[in-house]
Amino acid sequence: MAISKEIKVKMLKEMLKIRLFEEKIQDLYRAGHIPGSMHLSTGQEAVPVGFCAHLKKEDYILSSHRGHGHVLAKGGEYKYMMAELYGRSTGYCKGIGGSMHFANIEIGILGTNGIVGGGIPLAAGVGFASKYLGEDKVTLSFFGDGAANTGAFHEGINFAAVRKSNVVFVIENNQYAISVPRSLSDCVEDLSIRAKSYNIPGVTVDGNDVCAVYDVAAGAIARARKGNGPTLVECKTYRWHGHHAGEPKDGLLYRSQKEMDDWREKDPVRRLKELLIGEKSITDKDFENMQKELEAELVEAIKFAEISPFPPVSALYDNVYVK
Amino acid sequence: MREITYREALNESLRYNLKNDKRVFCWGEDIGILGGAFGVTAGLYNEFGPDRIIDTPISEIAIVGAGVGAALGGLKPVIEIMYIDFTPGCMDMIINQMSKIHYMFGGQCKVPIVLRIVSGASGANAAQHSQSFYSFFVHTPGLIVVAPTTPYDAKGLLNTAIQDDNPIIFVENKRIVNIKGEVPEEYYKIPFGKADVKKEGNDVTIVATQALVYDALKLAAEMEKEGVSIEVVDPRSLKPLDKETIFNSVKKTGKLVVADEGWLYCGMASEIAATVAEEMFDYLDAPIIRIGSPDAPCPFSPPLENAYIPGINQLRDAVKKII
Repeated sequence: MAISKEIKVKMLKEMLKIRLFEEKIQDLYRAGHIPGSMHLSTGQEAVPVGFCAHLKKEDYILSSHRGHGHVLAKGGEYKYMMAELYGRSTGYCKGIGGSMHFANIEIGILGTNGIVGGGIPLAAGVGFASKYLGEDKVTLSFFGDGAANTGAFHEGINFAAVRKSNVVFVIENNQYAISVPRSLSDCVEDLSIRAKSYNIPGVTVDGNDVCAVYDVAAGAIARARKGNGPTLVECKTYRWHGHHAGEPKDGLLYRSQKEMDDWREKDPVRRLKELLIGEKSITDKDFENMQKELEAELVEAIKFAEISPFPPVSALYDNVYVK
Repeated sequence: MREITYREALNESLRYNLKNDKRVFCWGEDIGILGGAFGVTAGLYNEFGPDRIIDTPISEIAIVGAGVGAALGGLKPVIEIMYIDFTPGCMDMIINQMSKIHYMFGGQCKVPIVLRIVSGASGANAAQHSQSFYSFFVHTPGLIVVAPTTPYDAKGLLNTAIQDDNPIIFVENKRIVNIKGEVPEEYYKIPFGKADVKKEGNDVTIVATQALVYDALKLAAEMEKEGVSIEVVDPRSLKPLDKETIFNSVKKTGKLVVADEGWLYCGMASEIAATVAEEMFDYLDAPIIRIGSPDAPCPFSPPLENAYIPGINQLRDAVKKII
């Protein structure tokens, strides 16, 4: 599929938006500004961007604990995300959710999720609802290779296949479940082969090539939108950092420097940037400007978070129940 | 007034809500042609068809998880879990997803879902089909738990549950599904958190749930002849709990027996007893007596099962001891 210059430039900016956000929040986390724990997806940006480029505002996504990229790609804004990470009342979830529970219902972000695999059955149900209501909305379910070994994966995808839910299941295969490599987690080469057991299409794609992801996503999303049922897409990629921000040695305890360096060579942001410069679609200067614009936005977001109040202690009981 | 069974009363509520709200649908194991393990959905499949009365795979994670997703997607799922014993397999969906989404997302969205769950020991079903551990759910913030006793309560509370915007655990009990009682033909609701004094009395309060309410009423009639006046209070909602009605009864009688089929240790009876001990100590003339299932799994052999299930004999011993 020929992808227009506009879309490619937009995808570059979206990937850069994720990259800069996550690199910045890692610094802020280390400096003690962000409490709790968070999981960075640096190196994996092509997956959310290649998929979400096809979505409309009213479409849905559900994500995992490693979900900043999905939220940003679906239209999440720096300032409300930053405020949420800072635990402030102006965050998307009023500071109640944090990194693992980002949600913005208005634009179809139905939550990142602190439980590995937890969002998969939920996505099957959201896609069912669209079908039941006769809507052509699509739900994307993002999760990692670790989640592919949970019972929720099997039950959720099987259920969606039986009901022909309007959903696409996206495995962001970054090769490690925390520290445990694929070789100790499953016995298949391509996780997409599991689609066979649900009689749905299964595709494996280079998850560091945003154009390839975009192509595969187009077909899977169109199929779901038409009501023809789910697809399982495996995007092979790599997590640059440790499992969580602040992990000792940042991923090196269980991976070699060489392996990490080799994957950095496949940087999805640089690949698209070089492609676009090679095609003369953008210049180095354009890229710099793009970066400057996003960095300025980040500075504003940090300011917004810093001056925002913490939720009052009385908010502890807010929204336990719908009144 | 006409008398119908508990099962029929539930069926009537489901039929009304399916008829009047297109967003209401039911799914669960064998609820279609078979009408559910206890006949609650009998006839609904023929009336509303396979798109709204949906037989599912044996897949509790998906049944509950996709139900939560369907609720997020704008529907009102009324789900049957064949036995409460099957809920541990989908506890993540109930405890980590269903109960918390409204809270974690800062109140942005609601999860209007009803899980109808059959509990209780009866008919030699042995250790994995006889449990009453709904106190797990009562323990969890974000869930409403109701346990209706009479057909009247069953219909009114199910109507309320289906109209409510919170996630609801609706506990049914094997020993009472075929008991008949007076039920108005018209639509009505019973509010959550409102106990029902099933019989007034002056000497001893028995707070009992579900099948034990019938045992308590039988004992009250029996002991009336001996000059002992028993008040029987049925909480109906376990969460929210109507403390006021219980407290008023204890003020009057000064003596409390609490009976619930769950295991005593950390169970519902213990919670009610602790609440009264903490807040009504000055009104108590004797130590509270709790009745529940023994601290053992439910045995198969009928004489042992009879010894296991708490009932009128335990209640009689307790009342005799407390007066």
